[in-house]
Formats: sequence, C-alpha cells, structure tokens
Amino acid sequence: MISAIRSVLRHGFELIERPFERLFGPALNPLSQLGALGFFFFWVVAVSGIYLFIFFDTGIERAYESVEYISRNHWFHAGVMRSLHRYASDLLVVMVTVHLLRQFAYDQYRGVRWYSWFTGLPIIWLLYGSGITGYWLVWDRLAQYVAVTTSELLDRLPIFGEPIARNFISTGTLSSRFFTLMVFMHIAVPLFLLFLMWIHILRISRPKVNPPRALAAMMLFALIGVSVWKPALSQGHVDLAKAPAEVGLDWFYLPLYPLTEIWSRGSVWAFLGAFSLMIGLMPWLPPLRRVRAAQVDLSHCNGCARCAEDCPYEAIRMVGRTDSLPFPTQAQVNSALCVSCGICVGACPSSTPFRRSEELKTGIDLPDYDLKTLRERTIEAAAALSGPGRVLVFACEHGGGRQFGGAVRLPCVAMAPPSLFDFVLSRDLADGVVIAGCAQSACFNRLGVEWTKERIAGTRDPYLRARVPRERIAMIWASALEPRRVVAEIAMFAKEIAKIPRQKLRAPQTSTAPAQSGYDRALTEIGGVR
Amino acid sequence: MSYLRIAGQFIVILALFVAVAAFSDWPVYRHTPRGSAVVVLTFVHGAERKSECRRLTTEEIQKLPPNMRRVQECPRGRRPVYVELDLAGKTIFQASLPPTGIAGDGPSKVYERFVVPAGSYDIAARMRDTPRTDGFDHERRATVTLTADQLFVIDFRTESGEFLFR
Repeated sequence: MISAIRSVLRHGFELIERPFERLFGPALNPLSQLGALGFFFFWVVAVSGIYLFIFFDTGIERAYESVEYISRNHWFHAGVMRSLHRYASDLLVVMVTVHLLRQFAYDQYRGVRWYSWFTGLPIIWLLYGSGITGYWLVWDRLAQYVAVTTSELLDRLPIFGEPIARNFISTGTLSSRFFTLMVFMHIAVPLFLLFLMWIHILRISRPKVNPPRALAAMMLFALIGVSVWKPALSQGHVDLAKAPAEVGLDWFYLPLYPLTEIWSRGSVWAFLGAFSLMIGLMPWLPPLRRVRAAQVDLSHCNGCARCAEDCPYEAIRMVGRTDSLPFPTQAQVNSALCVSCGICVGACPSSTPFRRSEELKTGIDLPDYDLKTLRERTIEAAAALSGPGRVLVFACEHGGGRQFGGAVRLPCVAMAPPSLFDFVLSRDLADGVVIAGCAQSACFNRLGVEWTKERIAGTRDPYLRARVPRERIAMIWASALEPRRVVAEIAMFAKEIAKIPRQKLRAPQTSTAPAQSGYDRALTEIGGVR
Repeated sequence: MSYLRIAGQFIVILALFVAVAAFSDWPVYRHTPRGSAVVVLTFVHGAERKSECRRLTTEEIQKLPPNMRRVQECPRGRRPVYVELDLAGKTIFQASLPPTGIAGDGPSKVYERFVVPAGSYDIAARMRDTPRTDGFDHERRATVTLTADQLFVIDFRTESGEFLFR
C-alpha cells in the first residue's frame, strides 16, 4: 500500500521535475532546493518579524491599531514587511510539505535517513504553532476565530482547569498581559523551531541551508512583488460580542480549523495524533532492507580522507591510526549511518582496476559488491559488446538507465572510480563509456551526480586522468521515468563513437594529469599498486 | 544564461507566489450559516462537597501521627453540577458535569456552543449543585432577541449564585 502511494507520488514528481530542470537547470531547480528554501523563508520571516516588532504594541486595544498603522500609514516599508512575513510563512509551509512528500516519494526517509525524517515531525508541529500564535497577535476577526477555535481545541485536552475559550467571551476577560504572553510564544516557538531545524540536518553531510544566490534573489524579488501587489491586511477589529462568522482563512496554516465544525474536537485531535504517529513510524513501515556497510581495509588505506570528504551521510570519520603504517589517520565507518552507496569506494585513490594483485583490494569497499566484483562485471559486460560503436553503460540503480540491457548497475554511479572508465577505454574493452545516473536535481544519494561530474571534469579528487579522451565518455542524468530518453541518448552516443577511429591510448599519463600526492606515493611505495 | 530564460524562471516563481498569496486569505470561510447567532453556555463552578465534615473520635485522633492530628475530617470530593439549558421551550443541553482534578475536588466546567437562527427566544438555564435530587438551586429565564452573528453568552457567577445573560 505504502509503496503503491510512493510509486504514484514519485511518478508525479518525476513528471514535473523534468520541465523544472530544463527551465532552471540542475543548480537552480527549486525542487532540489526545498530544504534550503525552507531555511531561506525562515530567515525572511525572522528578519521581517523583528522589523514588525519595532512597531507592534502589545496592549489589548493598541495591538490592532498598531498593525493597522503599519499596514495603512507605513505600507511602503512596514506594510511590505508584514506581507513578506505572511507570505514567506506560507511559503515555508509549502516548502516543508513538498519537501516531506518528495523525500517520501523518492524513498529517502528509511534506513539511516530515519533520523532526519523523524526530527522533521516536531518541526511541522512547531511551524504550525508559530503561525497560529502569529495570527492571534493581529487581533482582528480572523484572530478572534483562530483564538476561539484553538482554545476550544485545547480545551478538549484534559490538561487545563478552566476552559481557555472563556477568555474570549467578553472584553473584560482579556488583559494586555495576554498579548505579552502571545508575543513571547510567537518568539520562543520559532526559536525552538530553528533549534530543531539544526537538529534535523545534523546527520547530513554538506546540508544545503542556503539556496543559490540567483534563486534566492529571484525568490525575494517575487516575494516583494507579490507583497506590493496584494498586501496582507487585517480583517476588521475584534468584536467579542459577535461571532466571527465569515473569515478569510489562511489555508496553509488553518486548513484543519473548518474540520472542527464538521468533526468533533476529539476527532480532530485523534486525526492529528494518528497523522503524527503514522509519520513518526513510516521509516519502519517496512524498514529498509540494508546491505552490509562499507568496510575499511587498513593495509590499503593511507588516511587521505577523500572517502570521509565525499560521504553524503557523515558515515565516515578519520581517526588515529591503529596499525603500524606510517600515516597519522585512518578511515572509520559508522555502520549505523552507512547506506552502502559506494561513493567512498569511488573516492578512494586505491580503487583502481589496473591493479594486478591476485585479489583486487582497495582501502574501503562494499562487502556485498566489492571493487573486484565491479571489475569482473565490467569485463563481462564489455565482452558482450560487438560491432562499431561499442558502448559500455554504467547505470545507477535509481536512475533512468537501471533497466538498460547489458549495463553495469551500481548503487550510485559515483561508486565507479574514474580509473574504471580509464580501464575500460585503455584496455579497449569498449569504444565509449556512458555514465547513466539519476536526474541531476534528484540524485538518490544526494551528492553522487555532483561528485561524478567533478571527478570527470578533473576538479575533484580522484580525477579522471587527462589521457582519457573525454569525447568517449557521456554522462546521462535521467530519472527512472525516462528510460526511453536514456536509450535514445545511448544510441546517439554509440553512433558518434562509431565515427571516431579506434585509437589505443598511451600507457603513461600525460603531464597535464594531476600530480600524485605524497600519501599516494607513500602508499605506492608500501605496495599499494602492484 | 539568456534573459529570456531568467524571465521564464521568474515568471514561474511569481506565479507560484501569486497562488500562495491568493490562498492565504481566500476562499472566504463561513463557519456559521448566514442569519444565525451563537449561544455559548459556559461557567466554572464548584458544587458542594460530597459529604459534610465529620468530627473524629478520640481513638481516631490518637491513631494519627502527632503532627497530623485534627478534630475534623472533611472529604475533598465535590458533587457533580447538573445543568440544563432550554431554548424556545426545548431542552437543548443537559449534563451532569463532573468535578475536575485528580481527587475530584475541583470546580465543574462547561463550554458549549450552539448555533441557532437569529430571532426571539425564551431561554432558561437551570443548575443543581447541592445533594438535592429534584428541583434546581439556581435558575434564570429570559426572552432575548438574537441578531445575526450575535454571540450570546450564558455564564454563572459563583459569588452571587446567579446566571448571567449577556
């Protein structure tokens, strides 16, 4: 059932992500920046809120007037700020909702990712707490409706002595101190929210907390534009002698409030409890079947830290050396955090298929899919190729090339060390290599696409050697929904490759190749490359 | 990046934001039908204790620790408050409201909302907060005219022991 819903949602996301990626490019695609945009809107809300607080009066009579003064007399700065505050808050809800759905759709919430998913749950509660307390402060008819309905809901819980809703039955029952309390809550709850947002990203390597500047600038300009076009306004002064029968609801923050009229208040709480319980338990419904975590082979690890640097899950850390080799550090895998994506294998400078050792070994490897197996599968897949334009495909098991016949499948394309592509071409196993990964803005392992591109471009260690003709390597980034595009692009690439005359690569690396580091040299001397 | 592409990106973002701004206060929600008023019955009131204070016997006092000896034992628990509300000759609410608190010694509370068409009504509120089993200890009747969207509150003042209509 859950996987069926996930599949439908994933289909939906992949359908809209492609046009978004075409228009914005992978770097600016808002759908791949949802978390960062959430942080961005939080900061917009925080800054505009601080600005509004300068003008806000917490007196029971003055609260409404001060907000009106902001919106009418000083609309050009404080009024715009009020609108920014409102719409950025709404957009924060949108970002959080789409982010949650997307993580669910792409199955990025189970296994070691349970932590971020689980800590996202209190974020939702606090986000709504922040928004709802904010609506009370305006003290207009919407505030009255929100105050009464929220109080009635809270009164359903057996924790309050006197019904809170009694505070809103006549003017005399409410004092200015109530607004002081609400202001305190409206500041304290978002502060706690920020703290939880930090907890939420604790276990993520290189979390995106700032969107690209160009995207942020466009968002900010659009937000200002909308704020000027449709300023956020109050809905008339509170009249406790009248029921706020008709209100312009904020459907992002208050969608459940109408339900209190349809269902009983107890049912609304039951729904919220069931929703929270379901969200909280989802990472274990069912739990992700885990393959064994990466393992470090100390005799091949020189403590270069590239694996720790590239791991998207903070699963590797460098610790003091425990053997006699003359290196200060060694990699250590936290198996509780490792998802066995293999990116560390691709990052290890010892991962070279050129090694002639009896049993191909590397510094860090996947026990269930080691480098030796990868080399064997590569050779096997290449042996099946024939004719002109022999193209060997390395496909990510989450991307559009996963069902391509004859492809070497990997948990992530970044598991393949660049030297593997060199190996394929220099040994004439194929005329060209296709790296078929996930869609650029929806990499299953977050950083696999980025690292692969940088390694091939020679901007990230380990580099693809300069002697490898780049025209014989193609990278195709496609979602699982785009197998046809992958097939078409592979066919096109094979045609191109067929036109290029076969050429045996020079064995030694050219002078333009990046120099070997001291550690690499030391490892070679010890016997790393045999 | 071409200007056309940037313009396209900006338009998509702007369209999304316009939609968000629109749903931030639209469509308008009406939570009570047009031409109706709201009657709220609410009070916080403690009924009498379940039983009277009892004088302890000398033996019972002797059994108590020296620092806790007292001459009377007063049970904390309160009786429930029984309340009825009539509107236009029809009882629309009747309940036995239990006392609050873990020991059942807190006041009883009620907060009930009734949406009724605007118009003139005979309203009667009755309450029983003593051991009596029939009749009522407090009662108030009035004919009121409720206008559309009016919030009519029926409260109870413990100090004066009377219902308050406002």
